[in-house]
Amino acid sequence: MNRAPWLWAILFALWLVLSWHFTPLFLFFGVVTCSIAVLVVTRMGILDRESLPLHLAWRAAAYVPWLVWEIFKSNVRVARIILSPRIRVDPSIVHFQASQRTDLGRFIYANSITLTPGTVTTGIVGDDFEVHAIVQEEIDGSEENTMNRRVARLEGEAG
Amino acid sequence: MFAVSAAAVLVCMVLAMLRAVLGPTAYDRVLALNNIGTKTVVLIAVLGFVNGRPDFLDLALAYALINFIGTIAVLKYIEYGDLGASAPRETGTE
Amino acid sequence: MMGDIVTVVVWLLLLSGGFFMVTGSLGMVRLPDVFTRMHAAGMVDTMGAGLTLAGLCVYSLHDGTGLVAVRLVLVLGFLWFTSPIATHAVAKAALSGGTTPYTVGDARLRAGQAGAGPDGAGEGRTGAAPDSTRKAPAEDERGRGDR
Repeated sequence: MNRAPWLWAILFALWLVLSWHFTPLFLFFGVVTCSIAVLVVTRMGILDRESLPLHLAWRAAAYVPWLVWEIFKSNVRVARIILSPRIRVDPSIVHFQASQRTDLGRFIYANSITLTPGTVTTGIVGDDFEVHAIVQEEIDGSEENTMNRRVARLEGEAG
Repeated sequence: MFAVSAAAVLVCMVLAMLRAVLGPTAYDRVLALNNIGTKTVVLIAVLGFVNGRPDFLDLALAYALINFIGTIAVLKYIEYGDLGASAPRETGTE
Repeated sequence: MMGDIVTVVVWLLLLSGGFFMVTGSLGMVRLPDVFTRMHAAGMVDTMGAGLTLAGLCVYSLHDGTGLVAVRLVLVLGFLWFTSPIATHAVAKAALSGGTTPYTVGDARLRAGQAGAGPDGAGEGRTGAAPDSTRKAPAEDERGRGDR
């Protein structure tokens, strides 16, 4: 799949939304700007599956709402810890294996872990995730496993 | 109602500033600074609504990006002591 | 009628966003070390900013300024993309900068109870980690580091 036209379309849509001027001059500027940007990106050779993961778009539409709900739940848990009169934290760094096959999948999983308060990815070496949890129970539960499976599914069969 | 929200953000900025002043390590300060930046983004957005002209959202957009770059730059400077340094390659996926 | 419902929803979103933001900031002051404070900072970045901007979004949609709503979504998108990367960068820099994560054992030692977990409980389990010495205390304390 040729990604350059897609990138151009996305950039131009962004231009239109942010400027919202439809005079020929502004449209011309938009076309020129987007073309230069796409040209630079193509010449740098950084336009690939990782930088523009279009193949994830549909499955991401199902993943993001679930992630937001997860974020909300762990926010409530962390808020309860912070607001309790005496802080009772039990932080630790744990290691576990992630089941994603691509770097992009691992990146999404790591960022999802960090985005949910209570767990922060501190390092990845290969499959091995190093995660700091504010309470040990936060990461012992099945939720992290669910997220692991969901990201693996998001990543898809194509790998 | 937006004024209430703006006041809440300002209170939060004071708390984060407290951490930035107290914070024993440099990382505490960077974290607090990054957090103040996030709150500034929200504050810009809310203030636009307080004034009834939410035209400053482009500034919030730009500020979100600048804040991120700034945090990374400060961290890199703390870690390597040189903004031009290239990170040592580590084995595996990082 | 419709306007009333929208007003109530906007109030709810703004208040809950403010609640999470104040709680997160309070956590940044109360929690014991950088790593635990990162979680509190994450709260501000995710739900605090998220709910507040969602409230503004609902208001502007009802107000008929859809463009503003699009911009708010973009702002939130940038925030949620950059926040975990910045947090991870802080965590990584703090670890490689020699900061040891706070553990419950530290607190007990500091309190003079000397109640740290038995040494060696985590040996071999942490062998896979390239830098097991650094986080051995954290795992020994619990005795069940990985899953």
